[in-house]
Amino acid sequence: MSRPDAALADALAAGTPIPRDADGPVFAEPWQAQAFALVVALQNRGVFSADEWAQALGAEIREALANGGCRDGSDYYERWCEALEHLLIEKGLASHDSVDARAAAWERAAEATPHGKPILLENDPLR
Amino acid sequence: MSGHDHHHHHDHEHDNHFTPIEARVKALESLMVEKGYVDPSALDAIIDTYETRVGPRNGARVVAKAWSDPAYADRLKADGTAAVAELGYGGRGGEHIVACFNTPEEHNLIVCTLCSCYPWPVLGLPPVWYKSPPYRAKAVIDPRGTLSDFGVTLPEGQRIRVWDSTAETRFIVIPMRPEGTEGWSEDELASIVNRDSMIGVGLPSPGDKP
Repeated sequence: MSRPDAALADALAAGTPIPRDADGPVFAEPWQAQAFALVVALQNRGVFSADEWAQALGAEIREALANGGCRDGSDYYERWCEALEHLLIEKGLASHDSVDARAAAWERAAEATPHGKPILLENDPLR
Repeated sequence: MSGHDHHHHHDHEHDNHFTPIEARVKALESLMVEKGYVDPSALDAIIDTYETRVGPRNGARVVAKAWSDPAYADRLKADGTAAVAELGYGGRGGEHIVACFNTPEEHNLIVCTLCSCYPWPVLGLPPVWYKSPPYRAKAVIDPRGTLSDFGVTLPEGQRIRVWDSTAETRFIVIPMRPEGTEGWSEDELASIVNRDSMIGVGLPSPGDKP
């Protein structure tokens, strides 16, 4: 697998220091690592370029700051997810409606899944 | 006797829940997988690179403080969740944290037989083997054999107690402070506490100091 250094470099280039220590990125919660991995994988597959990602993330963070968002970087991965969603919509690979609908389905699926069983989309009762 | 107790609440029903942002990440991921833009195994490979990058140092800080500060160790024994929160750690996956202190008489080992409940606020993302059926089964049936798979041999007389995690209660093993660490600072102590020793499949060694 390729190292996700490209994503790191992009984030830095966008003036948006990724939360990290000497060994690389650190994550406060598992979903952040998942969102990070998703962007790295999509870039590796050429779905978008490093430059496109840097611009998308940078724009999201600048907008959040302009609107009084956190300056301490604690919402970094929220912005990361928004940037990803907007970029995929811009590319015509997703729509707001499809992401909203799918997110709601995952929430229902999680609620309907007993502990000890993996949360699967099929568990959504409305599916 | 194998000397392990098997604690499990079989009455915990439904506690799966996604926060909005978690559901959104899952939504984006599943849409991209369906469209063939992302291979799930490629995602796993990237995440595995970072399995030690969520919080394991938090657990090491808890252990180092418990080794250095007997009053803190007492609070950690009495109420793991509160003592861990003193250091600023907590949140989902750490709802109720119980610290299991190793002693010369008893070694602790954690597992989640049902799935892969894991105290990630203190230990990070679970390693792949922790989620694997062989580990989940063998840890309970043959804890001593499990330890030996990890290259750990305990003294004959030391019992092994197995703690089965649930959605409500997660465990962290507090290893015994090794000899040869007298006078070390908390930072130095934390540097030798690795993830495996806090799951109970490893032991800290002064030689691990960077």
